[in-house]
Amino acid sequence: MIWPAINAVYLSFTSTNLLNLSEQTLIGLDNFRAMLADPVFYTALVNSLWWTFGAVFFQLLFGMIGALALNQNIKFRGLIRGLVLLPWATPSVLIALMWMWILDPNLGIANRMLGFIGIGAQPWLSDPGTALPTLIFIDVWFGIPFFAVMILAALQSVPHELLEAARIDGANAWNTFWRVVLPLILPAVLITTTLRLIWTANFFDLILILTNGGPANASLTVPLYAYQTAYRGMDFGLGAALAVAQAAFLAILVVLYMRQIRKSDIA
Amino acid sequence: MSAANSRASVSKVPQLSRIRPIYFLIAAWLVGVLGPYVWMFITSITPPSDLSSIILFPSHPTLAAFPSLLTETPFFEYLVNSIEVAVGTVVLTVACALLAGTALSRYRFRGRSVVLAGVLFMQLFPSILLIVPLYVELKTIGLIDNKIGLVLVDTAFALAFSTWLIKGFVDQIPREIEEAAYVDGCSKWQAFRHIILPLARPGITAAATYAFIYSWNEFLFAMTFTFSNSTRTMPVGLSLFVGENLIRWEFLTAGGVLASIPILIGFMYAQKGLVAGLSSGAVKG
Repeated sequence: MIWPAINAVYLSFTSTNLLNLSEQTLIGLDNFRAMLADPVFYTALVNSLWWTFGAVFFQLLFGMIGALALNQNIKFRGLIRGLVLLPWATPSVLIALMWMWILDPNLGIANRMLGFIGIGAQPWLSDPGTALPTLIFIDVWFGIPFFAVMILAALQSVPHELLEAARIDGANAWNTFWRVVLPLILPAVLITTTLRLIWTANFFDLILILTNGGPANASLTVPLYAYQTAYRGMDFGLGAALAVAQAAFLAILVVLYMRQIRKSDIA
Repeated sequence: MSAANSRASVSKVPQLSRIRPIYFLIAAWLVGVLGPYVWMFITSITPPSDLSSIILFPSHPTLAAFPSLLTETPFFEYLVNSIEVAVGTVVLTVACALLAGTALSRYRFRGRSVVLAGVLFMQLFPSILLIVPLYVELKTIGLIDNKIGLVLVDTAFALAFSTWLIKGFVDQIPREIEEAAYVDGCSKWQAFRHIILPLARPGITAAATYAFIYSWNEFLFAMTFTFSNSTRTMPVGLSLFVGENLIRWEFLTAGGVLASIPILIGFMYAQKGLVAGLSSGAVKG
């Protein structure tokens, strides 16, 4: 696992063609220069930021609400918990296909239901303006269970005595959550969010199948661009350079997380 | 996630006025989550000619799409490939994760913390970064377009989390039990076989489920590293249906239903263990 990673960094400094692996030459920083001069790279970068932070923000928000709901005393809790977690275990390809069918411009149930309540058909994935938001929506749907599970696990480790004490002191549910529960589950929320940001930034199965970055690069993200460059364009060197740049961005995220952890350890 | 644990976190005075909106919320959530699956199932039993007119349920439900999917397309072959790769990944992952997890939990050795941190750190690398060199590597050792190659790659990726999962479970087994076994004359291997193995069983189940789901769902590697029908897995097969000019929705949705069944069974079976493993290992770690 370590060797391929080192190898990837090496590849990013070479000119490597998929069809002719023996003709590999070291070209230094040329791949990175080509990347920085490429306007598509910047489009992909902006899309990547929207995709990653947009999707994870809503996943966290709804995952938190969901976890709090699942932690209540409700009937059929085990069954409900199993059912709402289902998307987590579903192949991303299948998720993509299910939504492709739902959002199909002509036959899809989504547009027909909108027509039913008097709203016109939406282009969803086929319009540059709505493609990325639609993809983010699908990824939010896909990712809520993961947050819900992780936060639920953290919620269950909150000692009951503290909640009891807060209640006796007259705190309402809202205050109990902000002052007692949230500080206790914050480390778990933080690591989940960091892991998820990294994972979402790298995840492009959905985009690949649903729009392949289109229309007009409106939903092209950096890892997808790296993939296309390496396998469609057969340019492994440039593809690796894009992937290394992506890894470097993520490393910043990890460093920020580590610093946050260290700060809270000292405090 | 023991029963006592979950009971402790439930508020003891559920006022009726506070409970009601919760049920609305849960109901909306269930509809939102299950809706697409139900819609997929309904589509799969709808005759193609009725696809544009179904509102809630087809007027002439039919199961015809399932046999024609299996006979007219190589989907059955894809499913078998997927099962083979998934089973291979599970066996290899659990074997390695069990040994590694036990060693990391029970023995203090040079570089132990480096290994533990390194295993997690590797998770941070984008898979796209590794696809390129892995492709070159698999091609060099002749395992491109080969199911064994896919098993190796899937195992490499599923192993990190599985090792942490099993380590968390072995950590919870009291050392005293093992020490008592040594006093009674057990060898290290016997103690592993008769004490750790049975006691870590929920962890092993959880790790196996995780590895199965990972391999069953894995798309990017399978798509990049396979070219022929005899190695393609189910997710790749499903995605190929999309590339065709006219999408056969009844085939796609029938394939989706077939692909969901193992996940549904496996997930329902091991859901508790997975959540417990997450809360003991990943979250507190």
